[in-house]
Amino acid sequence: MAAIGGCLTLIVVIAFVGAIWAIWRYNNLVSLRNQVANGWKQIDVQLKRRHDLIPNLVAAVKGEMQFEQDTLEKVIQARNSAVAARGVADAADKENVLTQTLSRLFALAENYPNLKSNEQVKTLMEELSSTENRIGFARQFYNDIATRFNTAQQLFPDNLIAQAFKFQPVELYELKDETERAVPRVDLNIRSDQTRS
Amino acid sequence: MNLYDQQKRNLENTRLFIAGFVVLLALMGLGADGLLYAGGFSPGIPIATLGALGVGGLSAWWSLHGGDRAVLESTHAVPLDPSDPKQRILDNVVEEIAIAGGVPKPAVYVVPDSDPNAFATGTGPDKASIAVTRGLLDALDRDELQGVIGHEMSHVRNYDVRLMTVVAALAGAILLLADWSRRGLWWGGGRRRDVRDGGGLGVAFVVLWIVSIILAPIIAQIVSMAVSRQREYLADASGAELTRNPLALASALEKIAAAVAPTKSIKQGVAHLCIEDPRGGSPTDQGGFWANLFSTHPPIGRRIAILKEMAYQR
Repeated sequence: MAAIGGCLTLIVVIAFVGAIWAIWRYNNLVSLRNQVANGWKQIDVQLKRRHDLIPNLVAAVKGEMQFEQDTLEKVIQARNSAVAARGVADAADKENVLTQTLSRLFALAENYPNLKSNEQVKTLMEELSSTENRIGFARQFYNDIATRFNTAQQLFPDNLIAQAFKFQPVELYELKDETERAVPRVDLNIRSDQTRS
Repeated sequence: MNLYDQQKRNLENTRLFIAGFVVLLALMGLGADGLLYAGGFSPGIPIATLGALGVGGLSAWWSLHGGDRAVLESTHAVPLDPSDPKQRILDNVVEEIAIAGGVPKPAVYVVPDSDPNAFATGTGPDKASIAVTRGLLDALDRDELQGVIGHEMSHVRNYDVRLMTVVAALAGAILLLADWSRRGLWWGGGRRRDVRDGGGLGVAFVVLWIVSIILAPIIAQIVSMAVSRQREYLADASGAELTRNPLALASALEKIAAAVAPTKSIKQGVAHLCIEDPRGGSPTDQGGFWANLFSTHPPIGRRIAILKEMAYQR
């Protein structure tokens, strides 16, 4: 009788400890999933900021850069298709195209000394170049946290919890283009000579 | 070791250092109590011990709940002015690095001083301020500024600001109490005859107490300097991990070291929070054992070398 009672107690204790463990690991996965969602939202916020800044910049440089209509047109087109993008992979592709057209525009702007001394253009370029950095850093943060979330779902024994509650691995924000990979962040700054030391 | 482990270890370290400093404070207090007891004055409770712990506790509590404001005021730091192009760039850079670290953006201040330097203060990611000198904004380009802000953001993210604030406050309390005790010894010198009447126990207490008031401040100082230097290496490494650009921080440090003039508006009491010792250092300085023992920062030449090595390995 005593042996059965002891066994029963043992089973109850094991079940209790197991339940506590399951709750703990489940909460860990949920917290990671929320951080991933938050990280993605941060990229989204910065992409939106970029989309809002581009028309202003194009308007500001249009008068001076009238012989670069083709480039300006491409920037606007890339911006509009990026705004319409859906899903992580699609957005990543279209934003990459936008980054490339933008860096072309900035490179061309170097040839126009009037633009470099224009306060409004300088401000817009600093804001855009900061936005580029923010997108890069937000992407870096998202990928780190998404990798942690995916790894947590695959490691034993947490994968049992992940399978039981149907957690799904998330996509990373990847760069398809080789040149973009070589230069992770584009420095769009126009440095006037005084700031160089 | 990843960042999460580092943060956890830092919070554990905070407890450990507090425990160690509490022991030192208690030792000083107990010595004084023993002396009072042996001198025939016994109020029934160890007032000196409680007093010493109270002073330490108060000073730690005060620096956690307003110490950041006091530090900012003592350096005459003013909130950032976004209408100035360079300060707007600083604002943007802080925002960028906050995104990279996944932490809220700290408050940003500018110190009107022409020597390049920067510091972080607060209690952690939820309550933090970063201040840079005007000279830093003028001397560094955008990438280098990013490196410096990455370093300061790491102090915030790793809870170094909290660790260093508590350690500095307790070390300060120990210093203060040791000073008081030495004065007390001086003025109470006439009563030492009574102590001898107390016999062997009284003499033992006097010896213990004198040793503790001489050694405690030195130990406190050495420990807090060692902690500070360790945190600097770590902030360099995790700052470079945030920006993924160790060379920019190395070149910022070279520029900061090249400006040999001391940062006048930053008092020595804030030194442990700065990116480089406000007294200044030379880029070739490798530091000797004794020079290192009492300095808040590792030799800047060695920091630069480590960062360059980091860039080479990538």
